[in-house]
Amino acid sequence: MRQRLSSVDALEALRQELSQSRRRDKLTIVICHGTGCQAYGCKKVADSFLAKISQLGLEGKVVVRATGCHGFCERGPVAVIQPGDVFYQRLAPEDAGEILDKLLRGGVVDRLLYHDPVTGKGVIKYHDIPFYKKQVRLVFGNNGEIDPTSIEDYIAIGGYSALSKALFHMSPDEIIEEVKRSGLRGRGGGGFPTGIKWESCRNATGELKYVIVNADEGDPGAYMDRSLLEGNPHSVLEGLIIGAYAIGAHEGYIYVRHEYPLAVENARIAIEQARELGLLGRNILGSGFDFDVRITRGGGAFVCGESTALMASLEGRVGEPRAKYVHTVERGLWDRPTNLNNVETWANVPLIINRGADWYRTIGTENSKGTKIFSLVGKVNNTGLVEVPMGITLREIIFDIGGGIKGGKKFKAVQTGGPSGGCLPEGLLDLPVDFDELTKAGSMMGSGGMIVMDETTCMVDVAKYFLTFLEEESCGKCVPCREGIKRMKQILDDITEGKGRDGDLELLQQISGTLVDSSLCALGSTAPNPILTTIRYFRDEYEAHIKDKRCPAGVCKALIHYYIIEEKCPGCGLCVKACPQGAITFMGKKKPVTLDESRCIKCGACYDVCKLGAIGVR
Amino acid sequence: MVSLTIDGRAFQAKKGQTILQVARENGIEIPTLCYHEAVEPYGACRLCIVEISKGGRSRVVASCLYPVEDGLEVKTASPLVLSNRRMLLELLLAKCSKNPVVRGLAAEMGVDGTFVRDEYLEDHDCIVCGLCVRVCEQIVGVSAISLVSRGVNKHPAPPFHEPAVDCIGCGSCYYICPTGAIKLEDRGDTRIIHNWKVEFKLKKCKVCGNYWAPEKQLEYIAQKWNLPEGFFDVCPTCR
Repeated sequence: MRQRLSSVDALEALRQELSQSRRRDKLTIVICHGTGCQAYGCKKVADSFLAKISQLGLEGKVVVRATGCHGFCERGPVAVIQPGDVFYQRLAPEDAGEILDKLLRGGVVDRLLYHDPVTGKGVIKYHDIPFYKKQVRLVFGNNGEIDPTSIEDYIAIGGYSALSKALFHMSPDEIIEEVKRSGLRGRGGGGFPTGIKWESCRNATGELKYVIVNADEGDPGAYMDRSLLEGNPHSVLEGLIIGAYAIGAHEGYIYVRHEYPLAVENARIAIEQARELGLLGRNILGSGFDFDVRITRGGGAFVCGESTALMASLEGRVGEPRAKYVHTVERGLWDRPTNLNNVETWANVPLIINRGADWYRTIGTENSKGTKIFSLVGKVNNTGLVEVPMGITLREIIFDIGGGIKGGKKFKAVQTGGPSGGCLPEGLLDLPVDFDELTKAGSMMGSGGMIVMDETTCMVDVAKYFLTFLEEESCGKCVPCREGIKRMKQILDDITEGKGRDGDLELLQQISGTLVDSSLCALGSTAPNPILTTIRYFRDEYEAHIKDKRCPAGVCKALIHYYIIEEKCPGCGLCVKACPQGAITFMGKKKPVTLDESRCIKCGACYDVCKLGAIGVR
Repeated sequence: MVSLTIDGRAFQAKKGQTILQVARENGIEIPTLCYHEAVEPYGACRLCIVEISKGGRSRVVASCLYPVEDGLEVKTASPLVLSNRRMLLELLLAKCSKNPVVRGLAAEMGVDGTFVRDEYLEDHDCIVCGLCVRVCEQIVGVSAISLVSRGVNKHPAPPFHEPAVDCIGCGSCYYICPTGAIKLEDRGDTRIIHNWKVEFKLKKCKVCGNYWAPEKQLEYIAQKWNLPEGFFDVCPTCR
């Protein structure tokens, strides 16, 4: 156990000592231990490396380091060899010996490298891989450098230097001014200027104030806050302590979903370690400033990501939002001034304090500064977490970083901003991604979900999917959200079942208007976005469903028919076995099978199993 | 004091008052369902929405919750407010298609039907306004019921849907419910509240012999206010 650090000098001395022992010329196998890679079995890979190292007597010469998420989850388990930054992907435990062998004798294991899909050539260094090349990994980059359960690792790479700078060289007002000038806006969805929020909270009357980390990430397919809290919890904690000092708060909470066990655990370890070193608790670094943090686990309700619902839940009440006519910076948790920011927002703070607002302002667009982490998922080749400067185009994210659409299919839409974001069409691919541009296009930044859809996606079905999610996740307090979403979903159900009627689209827009105007919280007021944007950009698809009773993408079951393309069918019988209904009949060798439509339930099993394209959909 | 205008008329109001309070004090009617002056405002039914503007920016807010501000201009029946209010009533009408209160309110607003197709109409009485829950917690002080579940399934209920053990049978929920969704029945010497699956023995007045209040409620009051034994032997009429 280390001694409490009672001064800046003590912190700097420790940093010196730690960075000496962590010299980068030591052979290190950095293995991603993010949730994605853990699901792929990275722990077995790491164990296999450790076993091989001891078998070959390489202890002390080769080190294995387990770090947080590297972002390229699609390719897990991934590892980076240092020095040299060699990137290996899709590793299996058996690969350890070969990699170590090459490591000692020189050279790389070509079959485990990332291979460029166009040239087919292996890429050795991770920053040469297109997925990483266009990224600017300011907030997320250290995930791959440190063991998230080691405060020593974080301190060795410069951690908590922003805190000591803030505590000893800046007044609270100067910190707030710096954050304001940096142009940092809330990364949780709203995009509210962080510095202004801090200032309002500092100026609010009340002795007791609170700061909160919102780690209740709940958008389907989004996991950037999770990976940040799992992979670099100290960066969030450092930002939080700086914020607390600037605002004048002495108590903080991390509200994190119970379904994120690794994030909960790593945050818990980080808090304990920071306490032990005197970076939390009384008289932090001898500055006279007291601050401590507790973790509260959320039960997984989407609405609890809304600040007032989160605070209600934190107080032990039902997670229901309340009207924010009096802002939470004035009356928040237990009716006291409370400053809540998202995980990623807090993690930006140490960067701004260390490198200054002027530097920060050089990244991004006029009104959206810095970088944003997106979780790039869906029908895109390289799925994972990407951190990009604000202002980058959707096209660059999806085609350069994401490597384009899977299976050579055509791009159709990208959904940003989570379930209450919007779907943007091909025509908007060159849209610069920032808070205002996305909002203007009818979508939003949200917390950073980005779901790519290809030509086989039905946009009406997509709108229905998100509405179904929101219907389940609405807290049910106010009439427009509870009743409105339900009725809009009924209309969408009807449209996808061929029961759509003229005027349905206008009706959907009208109900949407009431949700936007009169809902109690942002869940309700943004819930119509998936419908409004799909009507705006893909109206013809709705019309095909309503007027022609046809689903152009071939998705909506009630509107499609499967049939056998006789000239392509050799009668192999695969589909006969796959059909759960016995609707397909084997007619003899080299004769096409027949399909009895009256028994077909349109499950698509025959379509999936046929490799010859002999099953048609119309 | 703050100065504001409501529908073009200038008013002075106390700081901390809501728009709805100021409007009602001055005889300006704004429809509500989930509001009751006895309990904290909740902002669920949204019927009390008004359009406010200040400094050129206008938006729709719930008047039961919005605190008055200096220079606020409030419109209680602008076209935007009315179209939203009508849509809200259509939504309520679809849920409570046979409820006379909801139907009456809708008719007053010129809403005689709903866009929802007949096959999807529902016949509920409860609009999930939470008044029963709030009165039980804030006025009665027993919290025998709460709103449970989420979204379209949200409804008031006793814990675990079992008979409400903490209910004292006072009937405040029944009296405050704006839509008659709570079924309370006094049958001889017994009070039944069907919604909470509870039955109470009623106290008989020693003078007139009428059953006048649930014994459990009287015990609760006597204990709370430290009243002498026998205090409730006689009903208020005979006292």
